[in-house]
Amino acid sequence: MLTLQYIPHHEIENLDSNKRIKKLLKNVKENKILLVEGRLKREEETELIKRTMEDIDDSFKGIELGVIHPNKSNLPFFNKMKRVFIDFLLGDRQGLTIIGPATVVKEIKQDPDKIQLLTSNIEEAQVGLDKKK
Amino acid sequence: MFTGGVYDMLKAVQNLVNNVVKRLFSKKKDYRLGLYGPPNGGKTTIANRICQDWLGESMGNVSNVAHETREIQIKEQITMKSKGKELAFNLVDTPGIATKVDYEDFLKQGLKEKEAKRRAKEATKGIIDAIKWLDDMDAVIIVLDATKDPYSQVNITIVGNLQARDIPVVLVANKIDLKKADMKRIEAAFPQYRVVGVSAKYGTNIDEFYKALFEVVD
Repeated sequence: MLTLQYIPHHEIENLDSNKRIKKLLKNVKENKILLVEGRLKREEETELIKRTMEDIDDSFKGIELGVIHPNKSNLPFFNKMKRVFIDFLLGDRQGLTIIGPATVVKEIKQDPDKIQLLTSNIEEAQVGLDKKK
Repeated sequence: MFTGGVYDMLKAVQNLVNNVVKRLFSKKKDYRLGLYGPPNGGKTTIANRICQDWLGESMGNVSNVAHETREIQIKEQITMKSKGKELAFNLVDTPGIATKVDYEDFLKQGLKEKEAKRRAKEATKGIIDAIKWLDDMDAVIIVLDATKDPYSQVNITIVGNLQARDIPVVLVANKIDLKKADMKRIEAAFPQYRVVGVSAKYGTNIDEFYKALFEVVD
């Protein structure tokens, strides 16, 4: 059975980076695919990879990670400025981070506009997330 | 408590100040040029190409099996010369960064279980070391396999971290000799960088790569 767990931003926003990563990894190790509202900070993403490597053993093979985030580069100037302002206010709350155990999620294919999860058990579970929405 | 946007902005300013202070006050003897990217992109092949061209010797072993490079390798005091300019650096070849390492993948490559597990353990340690070394780089060559999907989170994370640290980057799309190579897709994925397509194996377009290196590092 595939378990998806949604983690709203308010559940992790007051945690420091260490506790945030610990919480995410703990859930992933329980074989859950996490849908995290927003995105991690850049240095937290690398720390997550580092900590994942430290924890790898015969049963835990690592993670698959994907982040979908509004793309500013193709927007007209006014909309781009609006997005910059929204970014300033909301920060890491925007976008969606998907983290799954490598034993369950074979691959996360990212495209500018969508994310596809290729799982070990199910042929292909497509999460059609449109960035423009 | 700052929101993420403000935090990122403060962090970027802090990194900028740190870099300026570091450049002003450190007695920099050794310029470190790092090779980063996912496994099997051809980092060591490029490292070997650079070392052969400018030192007349190789740097490390290459193989089709992922995680062939599992330790940081450094070749010191390489000097490139072009149009009266010199570029002196220590070349740091890093293990490929990945989010998963499965010893069973090595079993499929014909390794015995004990050896596969040892190799997996070394690979995880290598990835940790590669991440730790990010802070010590003065410039980075990101090596991507031009036949592979560039939109992997590992690529995006590496690029994002280098941008946040204000480290100059040359983005290389390797293996352009292969039919499946798609330069345009890599250019579309990372429009903030000039992408240089090369075949490190055959030396295709390698002069263009050296030119880009001089432009970015100079």
